[in-house]
Amino acid sequence: MTVDAKLAAPAVVRPAERTRRRQGSGIGRQLALQLLCLVIGVTVIFPVLWVVAMSIDPRNLQRPDTLFPPGASLDAYARVLARPTQNPVSFLTLALNSLFLAVVITVASVGIGVLAAYAFSRMSFRGREPLMIGILAVLMLPAVATIAPLFVSLNKIQIGTFNLRNSLVGVAIAIVSSQLPFAIWNMKGYLDTIPKELEEAAIVDGASRFQTFVRIILPLAKPVLAVTALFAFIAGWTEFILSWIFLTKPETFTLAMALNGMVGQYASSTPWSDFAAFAILFAIPPIFAYALLQRYIVGGLTVGGVKG
Amino acid sequence: MTAVAASPGAIVPARPSRWRRARDTRTAYLFLLPALLVMAIITFYPLVFQVYMSFTDYGLKNLATKAPAPDVVGFDNYLRILNNDIVIPNFDFVRILVFNLWWAFSNVVIHVVLGVAIALLLNVPRLRFRRFWRSLYILPVMVPPIIVATVWRNMFDPQNGAVNQILNGTVGVLFKLPPVTLDWLNYPNPIIAAGPFVLPLAYFGLLAANVWLGWPLNSVVATGALQAIPSELYEAAAMDGAGPWQKFKNVTLPFLRPAMLPFAIYGFVVTFNLFYLSYFMSGGGPFGQTELLVTTAYRLVAEQKLYGVAAAFAVFQFFILLAITLITNRLAKATASFNA
Repeated sequence: MTVDAKLAAPAVVRPAERTRRRQGSGIGRQLALQLLCLVIGVTVIFPVLWVVAMSIDPRNLQRPDTLFPPGASLDAYARVLARPTQNPVSFLTLALNSLFLAVVITVASVGIGVLAAYAFSRMSFRGREPLMIGILAVLMLPAVATIAPLFVSLNKIQIGTFNLRNSLVGVAIAIVSSQLPFAIWNMKGYLDTIPKELEEAAIVDGASRFQTFVRIILPLAKPVLAVTALFAFIAGWTEFILSWIFLTKPETFTLAMALNGMVGQYASSTPWSDFAAFAILFAIPPIFAYALLQRYIVGGLTVGGVKG
Repeated sequence: MTAVAASPGAIVPARPSRWRRARDTRTAYLFLLPALLVMAIITFYPLVFQVYMSFTDYGLKNLATKAPAPDVVGFDNYLRILNNDIVIPNFDFVRILVFNLWWAFSNVVIHVVLGVAIALLLNVPRLRFRRFWRSLYILPVMVPPIIVATVWRNMFDPQNGAVNQILNGTVGVLFKLPPVTLDWLNYPNPIIAAGPFVLPLAYFGLLAANVWLGWPLNSVVATGALQAIPSELYEAAAMDGAGPWQKFKNVTLPFLRPAMLPFAIYGFVVTFNLFYLSYFMSGGGPFGQTELLVTTAYRLVAEQKLYGVAAAFAVFQFFILLAITLITNRLAKATASFNA
């Protein structure tokens, strides 16, 4: 609490006070602040630099030991791109499988979720309360909590040699099951803050509910659509828990599974340079997605809580 | 869809509210239809089926398409969990639950305090390089959790890990200590052991990693809330002679609360269910003391293939999470948002 108070003080300085302080200890204060920022920055970036250092370490150690490896090479990147796992599966196949999960989950949870979110946010209808409680009840459930029934149910669906459980579609279904309630809740929270007057004006002008939804609400909801999509995309791209249990055919494996195959729970025999190189390649799409949508995050997440 | 929505309201002006509601109900269900269909099949049906499974000895033998139905065993699975009669080594249901609650609570408190503090730091007027620091600090959020967990495990390596090296280079040099080779994640003696409340050293390792991972998003949310505070309020407070602490308490906090509270609740549940750190960093060790409900549920399915027991375990999990949701939801009043 004391930390809060100390840091709070400068944030609430009035213009008059500012002038006084600038004359007094402006540069010293700025330096102290920059130093504090730097210390925080170092702790933030250290683990990331540790991965980068590992990935270019030509020694491919089983116990990486330094931030400054002797020499640097991109061999590890070449190795994992050429042969990502023990199985005869290319890096591209793994990446496309991950992409498939990410895209299907994003489209399903945002597309289906936003319609439901709109109904919950804007309409008064019979059954609204029980349905909202139903969604709230499963909102907090992790994907793992329905893994047993989903596994055995999806496993019963067998068409010829195709087993739904042992397929990417099955995994996608299982993930949407836990992702959709979150999507609905997050988007509803944002839609609640969009003023009703905008729609009412349109309805007076003769627009239907669906028209106002498409022409007025969707454009205004862009930040929350972006953030919900971002979360769904990353959930799909990095998904490991369900795919590791569900999938057994190497051609359906994902990047996250391959990454786990390298480290598993047996770190002592991990080729760390290869792992780090793989990890960096794996992290590029999420980082790119974040960078692209960063400006929406503040609005798209915060407002979920602030009731307008 | 359009026809349903557009007309009837005007037809019976005498009872607009009832008509409106009936019309709205039809339109609302059209909007809800896809979500309800999908959730009925892949969320609610599995939950109901899970309850059935939890009363059976569902196992590998019942998996095949034409396999016989499992035998009903009554409350056996539930009793086995409560009596710690599970083949997982060091399984102790109450200890896992207590640890899991403490894990989520301690993390969220640190996340929120650090997140708000750093947001305030970045909100200082005329701070140079503000945008640079802001974009740097968001980095942990972007790294996939499986990588975070593995890299942190690596940094806690007893011989070559960064943590021990840094300790050697700083504290060790200062006090002329022998080289630290502390095995953070496997150190066998718990730091705190009071009944079912057991905190091994590995907990603090996991905590360090998760604090690194968790505060930035809290900071982003707090920043958003801080930017919404009108500066006139601070000026008014200053005119009333308020000091920095009073301004924080009376102006900043009331604006932070509505944004931070729901996010903290969300963070609590996310941390409560955080699979990756426990599973990949400490492997649930030492002696299963950093095992969480999610990782245990996962092991029951992935390693033990005890689908019936896993179902019963998940039913427990469901009610625990439901209780958490209801309690915290009362705090945030998240349902009361339809202000018609």
